[in-house]
Amino acid sequence: MSAPTDQPAAPVLTAHRAGLIGCHRCGRVWPLEQDRCRRCGAHLVPPDRRGLQKVWAWWLAGIIAYIPANVFPMMSTRTFAGLAGNSEATILGGVMELIHYGSWDIAIIVFVASVIVPVGKFIAIAWLAIVAGRPATTDQAHTRLKIYEVVEFIGRWSMIDVFVVAILSALVQLGFVASIHPGPAAVSFALSVAFTMLSAQSFDARLIWRGLPLRSRR
Amino acid sequence: MTGLRRACAVGWRHYLGPMERDKTYDLATGAGLMACPLCDALHVEEDLDPGETARCVRCGTVLAKPRDGAFAQLIALAFTSMVLLVGAVFFPFLEVSTMGFGNASSLFDVALAFADGVLLPLVIAVLAMIIGLPITRSFLLVYTLVPLAQGRPPHRHAARAFRWSEILRPWSMAEIFVIGTAVALVKVAGLATVHLGPAFWAFCALIFVNLASRAFMCQTSIWDAIEDAGVRTTFGPDPVRPQPARTDPPALAHDA
Repeated sequence: MSAPTDQPAAPVLTAHRAGLIGCHRCGRVWPLEQDRCRRCGAHLVPPDRRGLQKVWAWWLAGIIAYIPANVFPMMSTRTFAGLAGNSEATILGGVMELIHYGSWDIAIIVFVASVIVPVGKFIAIAWLAIVAGRPATTDQAHTRLKIYEVVEFIGRWSMIDVFVVAILSALVQLGFVASIHPGPAAVSFALSVAFTMLSAQSFDARLIWRGLPLRSRR
Repeated sequence: MTGLRRACAVGWRHYLGPMERDKTYDLATGAGLMACPLCDALHVEEDLDPGETARCVRCGTVLAKPRDGAFAQLIALAFTSMVLLVGAVFFPFLEVSTMGFGNASSLFDVALAFADGVLLPLVIAVLAMIIGLPITRSFLLVYTLVPLAQGRPPHRHAARAFRWSEILRPWSMAEIFVIGTAVALVKVAGLATVHLGPAFWAFCALIFVNLASRAFMCQTSIWDAIEDAGVRTTFGPDPVRPQPARTDPPALAHDA
């Protein structure tokens, strides 16, 4: 690893500064007037803050979908034709139930995947989009890039809860004895995760580095 | 070694210096240059030996890591994952039984069970993420890589196929599905006895196949191979190709 932090902050020529445009998918460099990468066919977008509109739009959609995901039940369980009680569990309710049964480890997995990660992602993306393009030091830029990479990596893992509901409702169809049905929250939670993934994907990481001063003042 | 001819490079500082003499790049058209996808820093493309790793000078992102025989490995792994996925669809996934009531379900059954429900879109989305997209990605990868591994010109739309394979990457979630299954098993354990079917183990194997595939994957090498093998990508009326071979790399920080 080329420990970039201990570099003497040498000015790095970017494609943008050189009057060129880099493809964000394959890295090929083109003249500014080109609008599509001729190698991979991706749209060429200059790294400016206009691209953040897309991030905010998906982000808002994600938050909106996250509200019903917490209010409505994730799944409903019916046992013994109602004798042992029917139950409907929201996300938090499901976690409580798991703790009640004593399976702490699973409760923590579910809680992290469906509460901490989504909320953390909303905050992280919003923060990245707000500070994007603002002047920063190299160290700050590295921190922001790290956060961006973590958000990108971890986003998909929130889908765990959706898969759990899908598997349980497919598996536990034991007629009279017990059956589990997915609730409306499963759909809106899946949508929320998908929207925040799209939001993170449309964030242009090049903006993190845009605000760096041309020359270091050190 | 097939395909991996021109990979990218060491960093390029603001002042051109010694690089002016051997023109392998063109600042006007961008030929022979590569921009880091994450921070936009410009790099000069250069031959890398297999096993070398090129990182961005500014943010440290891996730009290229050509490996010997990587294309053949990737093709083999793509086929493996296709076989595993087909097995995963039709073999029983999990089997529950309690008080004489039993229910063995393959993923195919799951899909059918929901075929008339309100939650059909959810089921379709879930099946697409765990089965459809991984299979599609394997097909796209094989389509792109087989001609390149044989040293032939790529098929039509190979670039589009590979681009889509990359776009779909975050959406294929087989490994997340396995963790989800583990959680579901714990939840259902109090309610019924569960037996794991062959499809479950196929998914577990798939995780390792994906990990191996990721280790061999170098997008830059594949893009370069597609480009070098005949898709015309130079800009402007007259094709200005950069000279592929370089003898003396400029004296710059080459961090291996």
